[in-house]
Amino acid sequence: MIKFKLPSLGADMDEGKLLRWNVVPGQRVNKGDVIAVVDTSKAAIDVECWHEGVVHQLVAELGQTIPVGTVMALLLGPGEATPATGGPTSSAGGAAALPASGIGPARGAATNLPNSDASVPPSFLQAVAAAAATPRRRVSPAARQRAAALGVDLDRVAGTGVEGAVTREDVERAAAGGARPTPPPPAAVERTTETRKAIATAMSRSKRDIPHYYLAETVPMRNALDWLRDLNVQRPVTERLLTAALLLKAVAVAVRDVPELNGLFVDGAFRVSAAVHVGVAISLRQGGLVAPALHDVGAKDIDAVMRELTDLVKRCRAGSLRSSEMADPTITVTNLGDQGVESVFGVIYPPQVALVGFGRIAERPWAEEGRVAAIPALVASLSADHRVSDGHRGALFLARLRNLLQRPQDL
Amino acid sequence: MDRQDIRKGVIASIKAIAPEVDESELLADRPLREQVDLDSMDWLNIIVSLHERFGIDISEGDYAKLATLDAIISYVAERVAPHLRAGGE
Repeated sequence: MIKFKLPSLGADMDEGKLLRWNVVPGQRVNKGDVIAVVDTSKAAIDVECWHEGVVHQLVAELGQTIPVGTVMALLLGPGEATPATGGPTSSAGGAAALPASGIGPARGAATNLPNSDASVPPSFLQAVAAAAATPRRRVSPAARQRAAALGVDLDRVAGTGVEGAVTREDVERAAAGGARPTPPPPAAVERTTETRKAIATAMSRSKRDIPHYYLAETVPMRNALDWLRDLNVQRPVTERLLTAALLLKAVAVAVRDVPELNGLFVDGAFRVSAAVHVGVAISLRQGGLVAPALHDVGAKDIDAVMRELTDLVKRCRAGSLRSSEMADPTITVTNLGDQGVESVFGVIYPPQVALVGFGRIAERPWAEEGRVAAIPALVASLSADHRVSDGHRGALFLARLRNLLQRPQDL
Repeated sequence: MDRQDIRKGVIASIKAIAPEVDESELLADRPLREQVDLDSMDWLNIIVSLHERFGIDISEGDYAKLATLDAIISYVAERVAPHLRAGGE
C-alpha cells in the first residue's frame, strides 16, 4: 500500500485545504498525474502524484485543511492486490451502507484495517486514524438522508452551504451527474492577508537563519539586445523572446561553475542540486508573489525556456500551479527591471542558498579604452548564503554571468 | 468594423491580461503603462492577443507607437480597415 502524502508546497506554505479530488477509488494513476487540487494562502495548487498505481482510498476530505506530509490517499502499487476486507471504498454505493450515525469511510478504514492487512505499518494506521479524528465537515441531515436514498458518496460532493456544508441541493446535483461546483474562493482580502503572512514567515526565517551577503555587477547588454532584436524581427509575434528568458538561461549556465549557489540547505547541511530549477519570482495581480520553478533550465534551449516561462506566468496568474513547481526551485531569480528600479537585493527563499536579482536595462555612461560611450546595461545582483559560499565564489558567478550575456548566441 | 468595435476589442485584450482594469478610469491619451501594471510578459501577451483578435502583425519596432490606448486603436484601425475594404465592405 502506498501512502500518498500532501507534498511540500515550498517554504512559506505548510498546509493546504482540499478543494477537489480529480480521481476516484479504483482509478489508475501515473507519475505526474494531477490527482487533487488544494488551496493555499497564495494560490490553488495542483497536487501531482509521483507513484504509479491504483487509487484504493481517498483519505483526506473535501474542505479539510491538511498539513504538508499528511496522508491524503492510499494507492495500490503495480501488482498489489486489494486488501481482503477493503475493496475500493468510497465507491458510489458507499454512503448508503454507512451506519445511521453517518461516520465517513476514513474512520471505517481505520477500524477495519488492523484486521485486514498485517503488513501495514503502524505509522500508517496512526496517520489514517489521525485523519479520521479531525473534525468532519458539515453535512445537513436532509443531505445525508438524500445521499443514502440516491446512493451518492458524500465524500465526493462539494459543499456550497455555510462553511462548505453539503446541502440537499449539492447531493441532488451530484446525483444528476451535474458538474460539482467548487467551493467559492476565499475573499480577495482574506487571501491577501494570508499571502502577506506566509511571505512574512518565510522571509523572517530567511533573515534569522541565513547569513546573507550581497554583490552587484553592471552588465553591458548591447550584444544581448541586438541579438534578441535581430532574432525577433524574423519571428511571428507568438514566437518572440523576452530578455527575461535570456537572463534565466544565463543564470542556469553560470551557476554550473559555482555549484554551491544551486541547491538546498536542509538539516544543517547543503546539498548541491545537479539540475538547475530556477524559481521565477512572479507577482500576483491580487498582491504578493510566488516563485515557482522552471525545471532544468540549464539543459533547455532558449526557445523552450521562453515557452515554459510564458506558460508558467499564465498559469500562475490564473492560479493553477503544480505542487512540484512550488517545492523544486534550487535558486531563485527576481527581475524588477520592468518596474523601473536600478537594482534589487533580494531575500533568499529558504531552503535555497542564493537569489539573483536584475534591475532595469537603461542607457548608462560606459568607459572603455579611454572613451566614454552610452550603452544599455543592467545591474545584476547576488544574495547568497555565507554558510555555503563566500564573496569570492559569488563574484566568480557574477563575472561568469556577465561574460555569458556578452555572447547570447552561445547560450 | 468601426473605431468603436476596435476599441472594444483592444480593451478586451488588455483586460484579458489585467482584469482589474476599469475601462471608465482609463485615460485614452495617457501612457497605458503608467496606468496599468504591465511587465514585459504582460505586454507581449497583449500584443499576441491583438494579433489573434485582429489578424495583424505587430513588429517589435512598432511597440513604441503603441504607448496609449488611442494610439493602439489608431494603429489597429489603419491595418484592419484596408483589409475590410478588400473584403468588399
